[in-house]
Amino acid sequence: MATANTVSNIQIAEIAARRKSRRKIIERVWLVILQILLTLFLITFLVPALWMVSSSLKASTEVFAHPIVWIPESPQWNNYVRVFEILPFGTFAWNTLLVVVFAVLGTLFSSVLVGYSFARLRWPGRDIFFGLLIATLMLPEVITLVPRFIIFRELGWIDTLLPLTVPYWFGATPWTPLYIFLMRQFFKGIPLELEEAAFIDGASRFRTLVQIMLPLSKPVLATVAVFATLQHYTDFMNPLIYISSIDNWTLALGIAGLNANESYKASWELVFAAGTFMTLPMIVLFIFAQRYFVQGITMSGFGGR
Amino acid sequence: MVTTEVPQKKRRLPSRMVLREWAEGYLFASPFIIGFTVFIAFPMVYAIWLSFQRWNLLGDPQFIGFANYAKMLTSERVNLSLYNSGYYTVFAVPLQIILAFLLALALTQKIKFRDLYRSGFYLPLIIPLVAWSVVWQRVLHPEFGILNDMLGWIGIPPQPWLFDPALAKPAFIFMSLWMIGRMMVIFIAGLTNIPPTLLEAASLDGAGYFRRLWSVIIPLMSPLIFFNAIMGIINSFQTFIPAKIMTDGGPENSTLFAVLNIYNEGFKFFNMGFAAALAWEFFIIVMLFTGVQFFLSKKWVYYED
Repeated sequence: MATANTVSNIQIAEIAARRKSRRKIIERVWLVILQILLTLFLITFLVPALWMVSSSLKASTEVFAHPIVWIPESPQWNNYVRVFEILPFGTFAWNTLLVVVFAVLGTLFSSVLVGYSFARLRWPGRDIFFGLLIATLMLPEVITLVPRFIIFRELGWIDTLLPLTVPYWFGATPWTPLYIFLMRQFFKGIPLELEEAAFIDGASRFRTLVQIMLPLSKPVLATVAVFATLQHYTDFMNPLIYISSIDNWTLALGIAGLNANESYKASWELVFAAGTFMTLPMIVLFIFAQRYFVQGITMSGFGGR
Repeated sequence: MVTTEVPQKKRRLPSRMVLREWAEGYLFASPFIIGFTVFIAFPMVYAIWLSFQRWNLLGDPQFIGFANYAKMLTSERVNLSLYNSGYYTVFAVPLQIILAFLLALALTQKIKFRDLYRSGFYLPLIIPLVAWSVVWQRVLHPEFGILNDMLGWIGIPPQPWLFDPALAKPAFIFMSLWMIGRMMVIFIAGLTNIPPTLLEAASLDGAGYFRRLWSVIIPLMSPLIFFNAIMGIINSFQTFIPAKIMTDGGPENSTLFAVLNIYNEGFKFFNMGFAAALAWEFFIIVMLFTGVQFFLSKKWVYYED
């Protein structure tokens, strides 16, 4: 009995091992198939972006060629020069830079201070305001669109960059509440003891915030800065509403303007060149700050569009 | 002397330390408190007042009672714009979720270059939406667009896309499938957090891959599916840039989405009162949509504990 049992046990083990290796082969084949499918899908997925870049370097006849020309015969770098000749894209880039710098600084300023207050300080009404903060996360921007325009008009801020930058210092406009929330969550995770030691030495709140909390918060500061940069760099609706004279246009308005320009209707390569030009800085940002994108999304669930 | 001092002590005024913390709390949170009041609360209330006025920004506002609301409820264009946004949302969001979920499943398998694929599928989100829209306007061009070209490879005749009222909305929905990076990253984070022991236990019980997917993975992921659905609904309802750039609402108002219609009323026709009424209507509808989702979520979202 005992021997028979061991024999059958060995046989069972052998069968199991064979099954296991067969399953492993199936799994490996399946992974190869998946890899091929994903590659094909990703290439298809990236076609519009690749088409934009490739067409930005095409001669005006090549753009409309059938079948599609993927690699321009001789790259027309001149397309990029022409874009700058047709519309003052240099000025647009400068305006965009101003907007991004001041809006992002404002975002960091308000989200650090307010986030700290919500995370560490106890004051009457804090929970109510925190509830309001969460509520504004889901508030459609359009509800305040018309009244805000009227407010800025009363202030004489129309056709200046002020409506595109000042509100973010006050942290109560689309997306900024999200950044405050992110800051608060991060600050809450920093051990209290670190600050208490500084208080005993007589440091003020502001000093502990700047000297102790902020150096520990570099990842979340970077995340907020990256998302705010993307947000303000690509913003279209606010510039469209508040900016009129061409000297104050941002890149987003410039591309829309070039796209709507009747005289260049047939010059697709120029529109593509402008689009590529505007996209490039964000690609660079993405390459260097990729982990902050992922961090921001997984920390909050929001981010991107 | 004594009688006046004792009750004061019993009332227990907050100590100086506590008062100081209150002051610091308000001070640090003041950007948000001011910003919320000035840029959110006041505009929302002001919008209610505006919605009872007729005002084109030139003269003085004129009180017209419920006329804007009466016009709103009977206006064919307004109802069409809401229908368009609803149609877009109802189709785009589920498709985005399904695609993002499938990609996340694939990109959590043991394939090579996972990070590269993840970045690739996220990439369209960092291309400025204005640039992306001018590119897609041409991707969808009936004669020279790359979509018809590629469809030709598999034998599908060219379609008029943005020039056909019946195809314009589906084209927008199709285009929205490129914006799944954020959902995908959230799903990937969720999938990597599923304890492997749970899946192993299901395997030992004889559950195949699809059985595990249906009975273990999807229920565990349902809070994230719900979250993505809510954010997707809010985002899709607010679609503005592609419609403004690619079609400006046409053809035959088939891509006149709600926010574009509100923008037109406010900043093209300068019907400030009417635009304010429309913004409130839109806000209530979006809240209802999300509210229904929260209600339904009790039936299908699985929360641990």
